[in-house]
Amino acid sequence: MKEYDVIVIGGGPAGLTAGIYLARARKRVLIADQGTVGGQVILTHAVANYPGLPELSGYQLASTMKKQAESFGCEILSNATITGVTLEGAQKRLVTSDETYQARAAIIAVGGEPRKLGLESEARLRGRGISYCATCDGDFFTDEDIVVVGGGNSALEEAVSLTEYARKITVVHQFDHFQGYAHAIAAARENSKISFMMESTIEDFEGEESLTAVRVKSKVDGTVTTVPATGAFIFIGYVPSTQPYAGMVKTNQAGEIISDESMATNVPGIFAAGDARQKRFRQITTAVSDGTIAALSALEYIGA
Amino acid sequence: MTLPTNLKHISTAKELEQLISEEENVMVCCGRMGPMCVPVYGVMEELESSGEYDNVAFRDMAFDSPESDYIRKLPECQNFRGLPFTVYFKNGTVAKATSSVQNKDQVTSIIGEVF
Repeated sequence: MKEYDVIVIGGGPAGLTAGIYLARARKRVLIADQGTVGGQVILTHAVANYPGLPELSGYQLASTMKKQAESFGCEILSNATITGVTLEGAQKRLVTSDETYQARAAIIAVGGEPRKLGLESEARLRGRGISYCATCDGDFFTDEDIVVVGGGNSALEEAVSLTEYARKITVVHQFDHFQGYAHAIAAARENSKISFMMESTIEDFEGEESLTAVRVKSKVDGTVTTVPATGAFIFIGYVPSTQPYAGMVKTNQAGEIISDESMATNVPGIFAAGDARQKRFRQITTAVSDGTIAALSALEYIGA
Repeated sequence: MTLPTNLKHISTAKELEQLISEEENVMVCCGRMGPMCVPVYGVMEELESSGEYDNVAFRDMAFDSPESDYIRKLPECQNFRGLPFTVYFKNGTVAKATSSVQNKDQVTSIIGEVF
């Protein structure tokens, strides 16, 4: 078992900032992330509103934060397979496929991830018709028929952008109204390439080697319609990556961790920071702020 | 045209041909800076810096560069419809190719299998 003063779970801007503050206070810090360190910021093409820095890519900003954390002595574990956590008690534990880590306090800064439908065919046909990124994959579907799943701003805006490539787009949405802004809804409705299947859900994706059709089920009468399509783009929002901590720490209905002004949760010694916690605004700067406060609170908690 | 990652980049088809002719094991991730591509670059950076895969040359290549035609036109990539296209070369020939995002376990499993 490896011992630390504080374990930070999640290596986005919130987690890396917490790590920088804790390591600068000469604490032994582990930052563990189940994916690539940097969080969602690494996907941002250009960050222009981070004070003190000229415009740079999110990837560059996250790489700099990571190097900064490492330079102060943070141990960073990326692409970790976390198999268990213990949040209660005086010693908090994080178990991975390779090792068990223990500390007196922990900061949960796990961020969020794109929501998936959860169908077997969705995973099987990813990269062979199923996509989550219009910018990345839109041009593979030039002059073809595609389906867009979702009814928020992302789904509507991406559907419009995909009309540059696709012959025809069918937007499938589970409600009878959209969640997007009025201008995004209007832009989609006014585009002659886009049609809509409202109050409908995805039953399944068809195809062996690649997607050939999407089965859409009406929530009104239960009928299933097969929509021929070689592409399906899924934009159904983000969810906080807090599922492994459900029941261990208090969350709201959306799964966001509830914390107070000092980022303390209902569990002594457990703090939350970044997009995983309940809050109104989600920006790199607010994540950095959360990480700072969580680190200072954790230092206070361990009596440093 | 190169990608803003911390990996070594391949910018021309000639460079790629030279690399796969000189190195026994080459992993090339050809993509953009999108949500399916970046995690794969991250895995490659980690594997490269771990020192456990010194027998593998890790490189990226910008999909939007015309030079990436070399990767795009590989027979193994013809059914691919999602970035990145990740290609594993063993002794100059394609040993495996994948489309879209792959996690660390998937990448290390392929490396273990083909290299």
